[in-house]
Amino acid sequence: MRNYLIAGTVGALALAMTAGSASAESTLRIGLAEDPDILDPTMARTYVGRIVFASICDKLFDIDEDLNIVPQLALGHEVSDDGLTVTINLRDGVVFHDGTPMDAEAVKYTLDRHRTMDGSFRRAELTAIDSIDVVDDLTVQLNLSSPFAPLVAALTDRSGMIVSPQAAEELGEDFGTAPVCAGPYRFVDRVPQDRIEVERFDDYWNAENVHIDRIVYVPIEDSTVRLANLQSGDLEMMERALATDIPEIRAADHLELAIVTELGYQGMTINVANGPDAENPLGQDANIRQALNLAIDRDALNQVVFNGEFFPGSQWVSPENPWFLDEFPVTGRDVERARELIEEAGVETPIEVDFMVPNNPEVRQVAEVIQAMASEAGFDMQIRVVEFATGLSEAEAGRYQAFMLAWSGRPDPDGNIYSFAATGGPLNYGHFSSEETDAALDDARTATTFEDRKEAYQRFADIWLNEGSVLYLYHRAMMIAHTDRLKGYEQMPDGLIRVVGIELD
Amino acid sequence: MFRLIAKRLLQLLPTLFFVSVLIFSLQQLLPGDPALVMAGEEATPEVLAEIRARYHLDQPLPVQYLYWIGGVLTGDLGVSMRLRAPVGELILQKLPITLHLAFMAMFIALLIGIPAGVVSAVKRDSWIDYLVNVIALAGISTPNFWLGIMLILLFAVNLGWLPASGYVSPFVDLQRSLATTILPAIVLGTAIAGVIMRHTRSAMLQAMESDYVRTARAKGLYERVVVWKHAMRNALTPVITLGALEFGVLLSGAVLTEQIFSIPGFGKLIVDAVFNRDYAVVQGVVLITACTYILLNLLADIGYILANPRLRP
Repeated sequence: MRNYLIAGTVGALALAMTAGSASAESTLRIGLAEDPDILDPTMARTYVGRIVFASICDKLFDIDEDLNIVPQLALGHEVSDDGLTVTINLRDGVVFHDGTPMDAEAVKYTLDRHRTMDGSFRRAELTAIDSIDVVDDLTVQLNLSSPFAPLVAALTDRSGMIVSPQAAEELGEDFGTAPVCAGPYRFVDRVPQDRIEVERFDDYWNAENVHIDRIVYVPIEDSTVRLANLQSGDLEMMERALATDIPEIRAADHLELAIVTELGYQGMTINVANGPDAENPLGQDANIRQALNLAIDRDALNQVVFNGEFFPGSQWVSPENPWFLDEFPVTGRDVERARELIEEAGVETPIEVDFMVPNNPEVRQVAEVIQAMASEAGFDMQIRVVEFATGLSEAEAGRYQAFMLAWSGRPDPDGNIYSFAATGGPLNYGHFSSEETDAALDDARTATTFEDRKEAYQRFADIWLNEGSVLYLYHRAMMIAHTDRLKGYEQMPDGLIRVVGIELD
Repeated sequence: MFRLIAKRLLQLLPTLFFVSVLIFSLQQLLPGDPALVMAGEEATPEVLAEIRARYHLDQPLPVQYLYWIGGVLTGDLGVSMRLRAPVGELILQKLPITLHLAFMAMFIALLIGIPAGVVSAVKRDSWIDYLVNVIALAGISTPNFWLGIMLILLFAVNLGWLPASGYVSPFVDLQRSLATTILPAIVLGTAIAGVIMRHTRSAMLQAMESDYVRTARAKGLYERVVVWKHAMRNALTPVITLGALEFGVLLSGAVLTEQIFSIPGFGKLIVDAVFNRDYAVVQGVVLITACTYILLNLLADIGYILANPRLRP
């Protein structure tokens, strides 16, 4: 009996080992850092979900490497002189995965679904749309209640993903279990927390540039294990490598790395008016906030925690972004000046600060570095590590004085700033409020030219960056690692993985 | 006998009711607002209000409880807020995976633990005893996540013999299934093997000193027969109890191991649910686990009664 057992075990081990990593022809396996939420463009809300949508659902517009808006399902758009109508011309001959035509009716249906469906997360982005008219088969006209410059940029993301009306009617709320769009790949199967499979859609409008038969998205949360899978050949690609893993990826012969600065930012939100916790020198005195700002050495922070791979920042967009304001560059550290500011304010040191930090190893390290730097200027940053969900509630309720906050970013600057700085904005956790900044932010929404909008942001920044409730720290590098068998991959600034045009040897 | 079982089953009802109230209310003590987590970056007041209304989060707690328990009683465990999938379906999807892994881990644990325990008891205070003890202690005290990552780096990255993570069902591809589960099973199994080895050893030591073993030796039996047939059979009773307990622990989800090997089982389901405040999933998983424990307990009780006539009414 025992001998059989041993023989059986040895046999099983041998069998297991020969299984190795044989992969089918032309399958691209992509390791994700999380399991996406529901795959319905109307109801989806996670960053990681957008990576999967990039293969299933084409959008009206896309962005290029310089954040220009380029055609995808739409060929172009025109904004009327008064800014109140946006006319969109559609690409001819496009069909959804179920064979039905992607036409003006479908666009109207989808945008109305985004705007009105119960449980939609797209409403805020499309709130300026008053009504939608179908002009002809390939033309839709969006009628706005007031000019809204960020609208077209929103159509480069989930709000611009067009779904098959037939499938959406059939599946209703369950559309996300079997999404039908007009992207290069067709949804095949999903096992939650295990994998999402898609296969090439032969009738895709740009099918000649789609070279890989099948894509499997595999959520692997542990970044070390994700990298191990890439190294062992169980994945061909992975998103969000850790900065500390970069040397190892660069050293590996068969791996390549695509790096881009994120569209979002990492910063510290200060509670300036959200409940009784705001009543302290840091919350009440803009000069004390400037002192804290001056105490932080962003270059050193980047070197210590991220091996210098990230990008120091001073605004809601990175220095590479066309919307970056040159008048407010990333400045160095000035502890002397920080101490002076505190002294002029007549505040006693050390200034105690309840510093709320999400429980994430990298962010915790950042907080510790800031704590050390700030102490030299006279701050006593008391780090309080909270789990993510708790942190959100605490921030909303105003039970903090400083809070480490991450924002994934939007192509249009409005998405990075309005909700955080406008009076009553849903993400304005510090409850900052000022008539001048509100007016400037609204001007930046209604102005129609780049120059006019930038001028409005300039007026906004003059106040916000001196007195506001967010200290900007750095921008992450979005790092996509892949095998060198993968050719033709181009990284766009949103960090998402676009699958058209890539090939696998 | 049947009356007794029926009576015990009836007694289960208040226990289950208590468990359901406990699960529901403990969860409410967690800080953090599920609507905020769910809305994430799109948390406008309208969106939040809508989520709260949809999942009855705006109702008083007793009402929320009634919504939930009413569903449970009609076989509906609710819907996951995050995945928008029925909780019952999710559990049915994950349970076989966790069972599969638990069986493999247990197999490895027993395969290592029992022979090692017997040998170290028989060769008490010899170098073999010490060596086995050191290995067992190492097995117990090595953190799962560390051992897991080391095994992945060795077998997947350096040697390239096994896939680094993931899960394949044995009904889909037996060979790949074995390849994906062997490492996590080793990680879980070796930790339990240490415990089983220690218990086997002490039970064996006791048995080896007992009268019947002396009698067996006096009859002139081979030592091999005395050890493996006479002493071990009796020493196994506490080990089986322990094994059953450890199996229960494995079923409630090997959280860290599943995380590292990206195995979509029970542990990963509940951890994701807790972090996302996906109440329905947490409640469903805990309720099912509690029911399983209660039922196992009942089976054990019935087993005692069957085995020991003195316990019968």
